[in-house]
Amino acid sequence: MAQISLPKNSEVNKGKYFKDKTGSKNIRKVNVYRWNPSTEENPRIDTYEVDMDNCPSKVLDILNKIKNEIDPTLAYRRSCAHGVCGSCAMNMGGKNGLACTKPHAEIDGEIDIYPLPHLKVKRDLIGDLDGLYKQYQSIEPWLKNNSSKDTTEIFQSKEDRAKLDGAYECIMCACCSTSCPSYWWNGDKYLGPAVLLQAYRWIVDSRDDERKARLKKVADELKLYRCHTILNCTSACPKGLNPAKAIAEIKKMLATANV
Amino acid sequence: MSSYNIIDHEYDVVVLGAGGSGLRAAVGLSEAGLKTACISKVFPTRSHTSAAQGGISAALGNMGEDDWRWHMYDTVKGADWLGDQDSIEYLCKEAPKAVLELEKYGVPFSRTDEGKIYQRPFGGMTKNYGNGIVQRTCAAADRTGHAILHTLYGQALKHNTEFFIEYFALDLLMKDGECKGLIAWNLNDGTIHRFRAHTVIIATGGYGKVYYSATSAHTCTGDGNAMVLRAGLPLQDMEFVQFHPTGIYGHGTLISEGVRGEGGYLVNSKGERFMERYAPNAKDLASRDVVSRSMSIEINEGRGVGKDQDHVHLHLSHLDKSVIENRLPGITEAARLFANVDVTKEPIPVVPTVHYNMGGIPTNYKAEVLTVNGSEKTVPGLMAIGEAACVSVHGANRLGSNSLIDLVVFGRAAAKRAAELIKPGAPHEEIPETETQKCLDRFDKLRNAQGDNSTAELRLAMQKTMQSKCAVFRTEKNLEEGVNEIRKTYDGMDSISVKDRSLVFNTDLVETLEFDNLIRQAVTTVDSAYHRKESRGAHAREDYPNRDDKKFMQHTLAWCDGKDTKITYRPVHNSTLTNEVQYFPPQERVY
Repeated sequence: MAQISLPKNSEVNKGKYFKDKTGSKNIRKVNVYRWNPSTEENPRIDTYEVDMDNCPSKVLDILNKIKNEIDPTLAYRRSCAHGVCGSCAMNMGGKNGLACTKPHAEIDGEIDIYPLPHLKVKRDLIGDLDGLYKQYQSIEPWLKNNSSKDTTEIFQSKEDRAKLDGAYECIMCACCSTSCPSYWWNGDKYLGPAVLLQAYRWIVDSRDDERKARLKKVADELKLYRCHTILNCTSACPKGLNPAKAIAEIKKMLATANV
Repeated sequence: MSSYNIIDHEYDVVVLGAGGSGLRAAVGLSEAGLKTACISKVFPTRSHTSAAQGGISAALGNMGEDDWRWHMYDTVKGADWLGDQDSIEYLCKEAPKAVLELEKYGVPFSRTDEGKIYQRPFGGMTKNYGNGIVQRTCAAADRTGHAILHTLYGQALKHNTEFFIEYFALDLLMKDGECKGLIAWNLNDGTIHRFRAHTVIIATGGYGKVYYSATSAHTCTGDGNAMVLRAGLPLQDMEFVQFHPTGIYGHGTLISEGVRGEGGYLVNSKGERFMERYAPNAKDLASRDVVSRSMSIEINEGRGVGKDQDHVHLHLSHLDKSVIENRLPGITEAARLFANVDVTKEPIPVVPTVHYNMGGIPTNYKAEVLTVNGSEKTVPGLMAIGEAACVSVHGANRLGSNSLIDLVVFGRAAAKRAAELIKPGAPHEEIPETETQKCLDRFDKLRNAQGDNSTAELRLAMQKTMQSKCAVFRTEKNLEEGVNEIRKTYDGMDSISVKDRSLVFNTDLVETLEFDNLIRQAVTTVDSAYHRKESRGAHAREDYPNRDDKKFMQHTLAWCDGKDTKITYRPVHNSTLTNEVQYFPPQERVY
């Protein structure tokens, strides 16, 4: 029988244990994925005892507390702290989300914090999104309109503008794409829910003159049809968007339109 | 001496920062055929422009008559006459063009029944020179900044802008008073990069994080401002820090002025709409400094709400449900997440929260950086735009929705000016190694710092000092305490501790470098505030309650070498750019 084994350095070791020093009676254990490419060491899970009496309500508050008070070497991305920049996307309690909007009270027991799944890790909780960004560029996310009038806007009815709702709000955090099993397997070729949602946003913009060409461009066995309507994307989206529906709409347009 | 391998690059222009202004400049530069690099410590769409909610001002006149001159008057008055009227004229006149350009780029603006860009009322925006409210603020629901930032990033991709993402800039390279490039640290692989450029455009945003409670992102550390200080150049009007009236109590998340634009209002513990007393005409849509001060007075006089009576309520549950759903969906979500409030039923607890820095790197309306050497002169090779710059169009107080328009108008202006000044592909001068060495010595010293004070502790001390000594209301006594206290924190840097010595995503070192940047700006801010003995716009001195036009129709200039500062002044420009509008002489400022 064939033996399949993972490379040695993929094994995640037990890491350091940081015991509480505050004497708090209200402690939660937080297990965090750590990996530093500067060392030869394997990834590890460090455990921190965190005083919850003096910690605000979100998972990002826990991470900030760890970094500020316990272990400054922990690396993660964060910026706006209110769910609009998309920096702090990670996997918390087994689910993708934004650390800044995810209440830690929603996670039972010990809190496990990992980078977004199935990405190369740059360090600790910082995933490599370069591939996803390249895919984003490939759908040409800019308006293609041939009007040459400079003195007025391109008019758009309220109804046409409403078609962009649910798509333009995407913050490119990648929670959806990195929760998609299809994207895990074929992330190099399948565009994935985040990028397809953006493709959809330009396809349905009434001001865009290249609708057909855009549809044609994504109508591909791998780019689009690797979506098997698993719907993890929709369940993962921290902004309440529905990428699965957008992908279904693209498929429907391709099935019914003459492209 | 520290030794690092250095990777060299040559570009016509380097843009530092990839928010709204940096991206707009990069697009213009690429269009002009200049070889352009855009460097950012975060991926472009993570920039803080994404947090702008309410809208972008421009006298389009889509919702009734409007005129850019009215917009100019409002901006001059909002700025409490500290703005330079030549620059303000340029801003307001160029604004409609800049917004239409954004629309053509693809920004998903909300629409009127006729299909035009929707515009909402905003604080201080009036018609016919202060006579009634005008709808001038162009909105994409309450996510205008997000929509603009993502669209501009798309345009930059369209123009194949070369990005250097997750690079942390360390210092400018100067030679004989001219800027020749900069040095940056690539967080992805730990390498050091030296960029030679004929012009560096600083677009690094504000420095809200010198305060404890701010709507600003963690990354708003004013890195470009600090690089300018270290290059021996001054920052301007640093004492003018805008407190946004409506940050969520306890968390600081921004609740857009658009809420009041759409009909929301503030209420104290007695259930009074107290703004009617302070600003009988504009009420809740007076300018931000006025509303923040009124709220602080209500709270100080015991009419705050909550257990500690230390905040007020923002009501919007009376608004039509469709208005909330269609025009304010983002703040509905924010209120639920961070205040546990259902805005259709309950008020949002709010408190004035640090939001914007009117001060920054002094520039003219072409975005060229200025310094004073006897008289005002430009610094060759250096430009600044966006919140990092002090053009000055916002003067002593910025009007809501004037920041997004500032980004695109002056981003565009910088690109235009650079295209006039630079011949694509012109050869680069040698820069003395001493500049590089000076920069890397500071980097290496902090990287290997083995002191006792953690960066987080020092940062907290700085933030608490600024919050208590340099807030909405200021006095000689508390500013003097601030001047001294902030220096103690600065001294703490001599024994700062960095635990992480690695170079790949060493965020311990990033935060330490950011703190080194912040503390210099904290010192210049509190010193500038101490020396301005008058009340103007966002700078409210209880001991000098009036504006003093005789002494202080002047921009503050602050140099900072370590913790030593030098404060001087330069006169506010007292003329307009063209004859299309007359200079607005100072008046009493009432709303």
